Amino acid sequence: MRYHIKAILWKQIKDTLKNKTILIQFIMFPVMTVIMENAIELQNMPEHFFANLFAIMYVGMAPLTSIAAIIAEEKEKNTLRVLQMSNVKGGEYLLGNLIYIFVICTLGSLVIGLAGGYAGKTLLTFMAIMAAGHLISAVLGAAIGVISKNQMSATSLTVPVMMVFSFLPMLSMFNETIAKVAKVIYSQQLHLLLQDIQHPELSVQCMTVLSVNALVILAIFIFAYRKVFAISR
Amino acid sequence: MAQAITVKDLVHSYGGKQVLRKISIEAGEGQIIGMLGPSGAGKTTLISILTGQLMPTGGICQVFGKDCRHMNGEDYQKLGIMMDSFGLYERMNCFDNLKFYQMLDGKNTDDIDPVLAQVGLSEAKKTLACDLSKGMRNRLAFARAILRRPQLLFLDEPTSGLDPMTTEAIHEMILAQKKKGATVFLTTHNMYEAQKLCDHIVLLNEGEIVESGSPQEICRRYNHQKKIRLHLVSGEDVQLQHDAKAGEKIAAYLASGTLETIHSTEPNLETVFMELTGKGLDK
Ligand SMILES: Nc1ncnc2c1ncn2[C@@H]1O[C@H](COP(=O)(O)OP(=O)(O)OP(=O)(O)O)[C@@H](O)[C@H]1O
Ligand SMILES: [Mg+2]
Repeated sequence: MRYHIKAILWKQIKDTLKNKTILIQFIMFPVMTVIMENAIELQNMPEHFFANLFAIMYVGMAPLTSIAAIIAEEKEKNTLRVLQMSNVKGGEYLLGNLIYIFVICTLGSLVIGLAGGYAGKTLLTFMAIMAAGHLISAVLGAAIGVISKNQMSATSLTVPVMMVFSFLPMLSMFNETIAKVAKVIYSQQLHLLLQDIQHPELSVQCMTVLSVNALVILAIFIFAYRKVFAISR
Repeated sequence: MAQAITVKDLVHSYGGKQVLRKISIEAGEGQIIGMLGPSGAGKTTLISILTGQLMPTGGICQVFGKDCRHMNGEDYQKLGIMMDSFGLYERMNCFDNLKFYQMLDGKNTDDIDPVLAQVGLSEAKKTLACDLSKGMRNRLAFARAILRRPQLLFLDEPTSGLDPMTTEAIHEMILAQKKKGATVFLTTHNMYEAQKLCDHIVLLNEGEIVESGSPQEICRRYNHQKKIRLHLVSGEDVQLQHDAKAGEKIAAYLASGTLETIHSTEPNLETVFMELTGKGLDK
C-alpha cells in the first residue's frame, strides 16, 4: 500500500512535468494573480480582489480538470488495467492522485495568497478555505475521470462542471439573481468566506451548503471508486 | 499438478453475438501454445477472458487452477501480459516506464537494465515512449511483460505489423522465456510464426476450435495426397506416388544429375486451415 501510493506520486510528478495541458492548469491562475495584483490598481477595489477572484476560479478549475484528465487518460490507454494487474487497489490509486493534486494546488494557492497580500493568520485562514475547496473539487474530478471512457468524454463533462463552479462565483458579483442561485454551490460559499476573511463566520447556511455538496460528491466518488477496475462483460 | 491453462466448454457472447463457442484447451507448463486464426476469430477475446479482463458468458477457464473470473493481485504476479491495447506512459522514458512497475512492487531498479538489454533497448533507455518506433514500443511492452519474471506469459499478436528484424528479435525473446521455464500463450495469424515457435497449436475460426496439436502432427494428419514432388534442374516439377517405386525413380534422377530438390506434399498450416474452413488466415 505504501509502495503503491509512493510509486503513483513519483509517476505523476515525472509525467506532469512534461504534460503541458495539466501544467498550465496548475500555474495559470497563480501567475495571473501575481500579474494582476501588481499591475492593476482600481479605485474602491476591495482588498485582495484579484486574489480572491482567481483563487475561487482556481478551486473550481485546476484540481477538477487535471485529476479527471489524468484518470481518463489512464483509462483510455488501458494503463489503469496494468495497474490493477500490479495489485493496485482502486482506493490506493485514487488516493495517490488526490494527494498529488492536493499538494500541487496547495502550493499554487500559496502563491495566490502571498501575491494577494495575505499574511500571518489570515494567510492560514485563506489556505484552509482553499484546502476545503481543492478537496471537494479533486474528488469531483476523480469521479468524472473514473466515469469517463476516454479523455474526450472526460473533457465534455469537466468543461460544463468547471464553468459552474468557477464562473458562477465571479458572475454573482455582477448579478443578484445569479448570486442567489450560486449560494448552493461550495465554491460560492468559499468565495463568500474569502470576501469576509477578516471575520470569517461559518454560518448555518455555509455549513449546510458545504456539507451537502461534500456528501453528494462523496456519494458520487464511492460509486466511482467501485468502478475504477470494473470488469467488462 | 494444475495445468497452466485449463479451458473447458468456454463460451462468450457480446450482446447476442456468440464469439467463442465451447472452446476447450489444456496447456501444460513450459510449453509455447499458439492460437492461430484469422481476424475476428476470437483470439483477443480469449486472452481477455484468461487474464481476467472480461467475464465469460459461461464455461470453465482457469489459470494455474484458479478461476479467471476471480483473479487477485497475487495471481497476477505469476502472469506477464502483452496486448496492443495496453498503453505506455508516453511522457516517460523507457527506463522510467519500467521503474514505475518495480516501485509498485517495492523493488529496486537493478533488474531494469538487464531486461532493457534483453529486448535491445539499452540505447533507447532515456528515450520518451512517445518518441519510440512501433518496433521499439513492442519491445518495451514485451519488457514490461517479462519484468516480473512471469511463469505464464500471454502475448496477443506480439509481432503483428513489425518488420522482419524486430519480428525475429521478438521470436528469440519468446524462445528465451521458454528456456527459462515459462509457459507462453500467444495468438497470431501468421502460420510461420506458429510453426516456428509453438509446441502446440490451436486453430481457431469464428470462435470454434477446428483443429489442434503440434504443428507437425496437424500437417501430417492432413497429408492426404501422399506424394513426393521433385524439382528438376531443368525447372520442371515431377510428382511421384509415395510408394516403393518412387525410390527407384528418385535414384535414377539422382544418378543422371537432373534432380535439384525433393519436396513432400505435406500441407502447411495455412492449407490445413483452408481445407477446414474454406478461407485463408489473412481474411
Ligand atoms: N467489445 C466488443 N463488443 C462487441 N463485439 C466485439 C467486442 N470485441 C470483439 N468483438 C467481436 O468479437 C469477435 C472476435 O473478436 P476478437 O477481437 O477476439 O478477434 P481476434 O481474433 O482477436 O481478431 P484480430 O486478429 O483482428 O485481433 C469479432 O467478431 C469482434 O467483432
Ligand atoms: Mg485480436
